[in-house]
Amino acid sequence: MAKPSTPLRPGLDEKTLAHSHAASMGAPAHALHSAHDENPNLQHHFFSMDQQLEASILGMWVFLVTEVMFFGGLFMAYIVYRTMYPTAWVESSHELNVILGGINTGVLIVSSFTMAMAVRSAQTGSRNGQIFNLIGTMILGSTFLVIKYFEYAAKFTHHLVPGPHFQAPAGMEAIGNQMQIFFALYFIMTGIHAAHMVIGIVLMAVILVMAWRGKFGPHYYTPVEVGGLYWHFVDIVWIFLFPLLYLLGFHGGPGA
Amino acid sequence: MSSSHPITPISTYLITWISLFILTGFTVYVASQDFGAMNTPVALTVAVIKATLVVWFFMGLRYNTPLIKVTAVAGFLWLMIMFGITMSDYISRPWLGVPGR
Repeated sequence: MAKPSTPLRPGLDEKTLAHSHAASMGAPAHALHSAHDENPNLQHHFFSMDQQLEASILGMWVFLVTEVMFFGGLFMAYIVYRTMYPTAWVESSHELNVILGGINTGVLIVSSFTMAMAVRSAQTGSRNGQIFNLIGTMILGSTFLVIKYFEYAAKFTHHLVPGPHFQAPAGMEAIGNQMQIFFALYFIMTGIHAAHMVIGIVLMAVILVMAWRGKFGPHYYTPVEVGGLYWHFVDIVWIFLFPLLYLLGFHGGPGA
Repeated sequence: MSSSHPITPISTYLITWISLFILTGFTVYVASQDFGAMNTPVALTVAVIKATLVVWFFMGLRYNTPLIKVTAVAGFLWLMIMFGITMSDYISRPWLGVPGR
């Protein structure tokens, strides 16, 4: 995907393009040519590898901002209903497994560390480091999903899934409907987060293949860097989900 | 490129990782205590510190250009605006003793 094989327009090949860009931006044309000749990973519409990396990181951050707003809408619903039904929120939170949630928090933190180390390995040109850390990240991400599966299964067994089979815990029948709202939000928020984890693992698999083929090094590691940003973002979402969903009712007592 | 993105030493990543672990343990411990109305603010403060550590060190925002920093901060700023304006509505509704509030 380095260079287009055909000119964009008749009589306008990429060298001419680079020239016209250079003329308009005041950059020396020879510098551009050498930058493109040096690294085949430099796309023709960028001046330099620096500019290309910055544009990619900026693009990923803009996407992550839309993700912040996407999850933000769910957190907004959480806040509104929590202020309306504080007792139901605390009682429902009691039903979540703090130990499994805490272990999953740790798993995600370690996976963020291996992800950061994968980016670093690409920067230092260590192919083995990239492969080791990317596989580690994928294993940890899968571990998270397996633990999540057992948590979900327990909720089904305990009849805590919103719907016709929902049964409020003993003594909580009066606020059963309010608790269903909590569990609906619990399943939507953690479910969408888990979907992001699955997408992240697939991304890591793609990046792993590229790393395996030795595509990344000190001069080109944009996919690892940008994939890492996505992975860390999913970690951050969980950093907020864990206290808000699991720890809310940990100390016990309604109204707390 | 290495010129705009210096390579972070492994020790920095290790310290970040251990700090996140300690803060997770701290937030679980704090949650087991009852501070009344301060429970959620304490939990959220720890979460914000953890998120900042991830963004600043793991995501390498500290090495990015001001444009990217502004973009990242803008996302959380707009989120706070949404929370603030929405809750100013919901919280103030009971203040009016009128039907249909």
